[in-house]
Amino acid sequence: MDRKNYRTHVLVCAGTGCVSNGSLNIKSALEEELKKHGLDGEVQVIVTGCQGFCERGPIAIVQPDDVFYQSLTLKDIPPLVEEHFLKGRPYKKCMYVPGKKEDAIPKMMDIDFFKHQMLVVLRNRGRMDPEKIDEYIAFDGYRGLAKALTSMTPDEIIEEISASGLRGRGGAGFPAAMKWRFAQKADSDVKYLICNADEGDPGAYMDRSVLEADPHAVLEGMTIGAKAIGAVKGFIYVRDEYPLAVDRIKKAIEQAKDYGLLGENILDTGFDFDVEVIRGGGAFVCGEETALMASIEGQPGRPRSRPPFPAERGLWGKPTNINNVETWANVPIIIHRGAEWYATLGTEKSKGTKVFSLVGKINNSGLVEVPMGIPLREIIYGIGGGIPGGKAFKAVQSGGPSGGCIPASLLDLPVDYEKLAEAGAIMGSGGLIVMDEETCMVDVALYFINFLVDESCGKCTPCRVGLVRMKEILERIVAGEGTESDIGSLEALAHTIKNSALCGLGNTAPNPVLTTLKYFKEEYEAHIRDHRCPAGVCKALITHRIDPEKCTGCTVCARNCPVDAISGERKQPHVIDIELCTQCGSCREACKFDAIIVE
Amino acid sequence: MEAVHRIIENYGKRDRSLIAMLQDIQREKGYLPREALKIVADEVNVPLSRLYSLATFYKAFSLVPRGRHIVHVCTGTACHVRGAVKLIDKLEQTLEIKNGETTADGRFTLEEVRCVGCCGLAPVIVIDEEFHGKLTQKDVGKVLEKYE
Repeated sequence: MDRKNYRTHVLVCAGTGCVSNGSLNIKSALEEELKKHGLDGEVQVIVTGCQGFCERGPIAIVQPDDVFYQSLTLKDIPPLVEEHFLKGRPYKKCMYVPGKKEDAIPKMMDIDFFKHQMLVVLRNRGRMDPEKIDEYIAFDGYRGLAKALTSMTPDEIIEEISASGLRGRGGAGFPAAMKWRFAQKADSDVKYLICNADEGDPGAYMDRSVLEADPHAVLEGMTIGAKAIGAVKGFIYVRDEYPLAVDRIKKAIEQAKDYGLLGENILDTGFDFDVEVIRGGGAFVCGEETALMASIEGQPGRPRSRPPFPAERGLWGKPTNINNVETWANVPIIIHRGAEWYATLGTEKSKGTKVFSLVGKINNSGLVEVPMGIPLREIIYGIGGGIPGGKAFKAVQSGGPSGGCIPASLLDLPVDYEKLAEAGAIMGSGGLIVMDEETCMVDVALYFINFLVDESCGKCTPCRVGLVRMKEILERIVAGEGTESDIGSLEALAHTIKNSALCGLGNTAPNPVLTTLKYFKEEYEAHIRDHRCPAGVCKALITHRIDPEKCTGCTVCARNCPVDAISGERKQPHVIDIELCTQCGSCREACKFDAIIVE
Repeated sequence: MEAVHRIIENYGKRDRSLIAMLQDIQREKGYLPREALKIVADEVNVPLSRLYSLATFYKAFSLVPRGRHIVHVCTGTACHVRGAVKLIDKLEQTLEIKNGETTADGRFTLEEVRCVGCCGLAPVIVIDEEFHGKLTQKDVGKVLEKYE
């Protein structure tokens, strides 16, 4: 380990988002520039996992000054180094500015996005190099494992997890300790343990971020779980679309083995446990536990009926316990700091924190961790900074394709497992996709049904055929060909599929339709009765035209039109050629004067 | 096909690693050639039908040759509400192919994919393994230019 003492550290984010924005080049440029000024012995540049504020990447944080820099470019590096490190005053140009007329905020902890979060699972994000086990250990890493292996019995471990109230973070929120107990009690010489990192919900990426930013936390959690239930081998089933996460977790496994924290005779206690990484094949249904196990066995990932549950008959017929990434990452800190502490966080039935991916039509999009029970409004407006462009909030979609859309009237809903379920949505893996007045809820329902039709494995009829029928009805509605009976048919189909499908995918598939029907029925009716899409999205039902009163002839719309359907002289009102227009809406997005009318 | 033998050896010829073998073969060849699947079936001692069952079940696999560059348009929910559909329209128009097809010159294959987990940068396209975020229709041409 590099034990040299540095005066200052620059933590450069190397999560997938920031890397795609060139953060690794920023890191090299910083190092070069620091060296040029002879500061390389005083200031150390460290790459970290995802810091959460992905939208503003590439991001860097200077510690201990706690100064947050965003949207860095290579050009910014020389002045930044000169200002901050030579002259000792933060470089204003790359600071976070909350709104056009507001002042830049230098300190990270003064920024709303960070200020209101509570980091438990993401405790190590942005403060250490995820590829260095020493740094994880320096932040109390593997202390939970040491405690569990040297001073606790398997029963005591399970008792502790039970007392903490930890529930599965993958979807349904089943108490983790109860699952562990079933697997522990199962009679078998070989038991397996799985980390579900097949994060399939579109719009959710917390598991990817945890694996990228803190892979050892997941390994430590799994090893503690293995001790509790008596598992000999663990598998991490991770999406092949997450190359960086795969790479980081593989490195972490090697390092942990080198340190005697994984493999044979862990910490000299005689306990053996090994972990293997399996890359998924890109099938959403593999997030379902029985399908996931089939996939690990080298089969197509089709679910089977339960019981028998995996705790009795899982991988290769052996008792198996499955939890997702975020659940495993909670385990080490619960054991290390104690269940009593953990149980003080959250609500009566939903303990701890939850990581949400706050994305869509929102100002500050990124990953946020908050205590359970926090009102939705606080997440969206307090942390997320509200809706861009002064548009009105319409709904937030929670829980992915199995979840639902929550309307503005429920913004004060405390977010926990029970309250979300009461509203017709689910916690799911924690995707929160914010939608504004320009999002059509019928189009969103169709989007999810399309997704599910595509991802249905085809094994059971309600899901395979029923979803296609729902899709056909929705397609008719968005094309303006819906009939009065369509809403009733959708509801009937939804309930039938919900009650008769084989697995979780089918059972929850109708939720996006049911919740949009519940809260946004008038939007369906506008499509059916008036042949009108109030949000101006469904192409068959809208036409774009330019308001000559408002148009200033700035030519922005014409330049943004992908099919060259807009013409007009500079400083004269422009016109859209209806014949050429594809109703894509690019002009409306580009216009600064609200001159594009959608009818 | 030497690479195929090597890949099979890497996984100790175990049938539980079939998916991983197919992934590696696809990475090497760009798709799953029939001859390669035959070799796998022979060496691992499984019926060819099982390999086809895997290759057609999992989205990641292709049984036909693909372009030099794979354009993945993310269609996750965040990208959807932030205009992924417009990007697809523009890409289809520019490349003159539909989703799932390859350009005549073999330069690009266009594929819609589920969430790539970069929702903060929506809408996103991934070309080969490089991410491009916060795109508008106007940016599409410029992004494609980089790939020969």
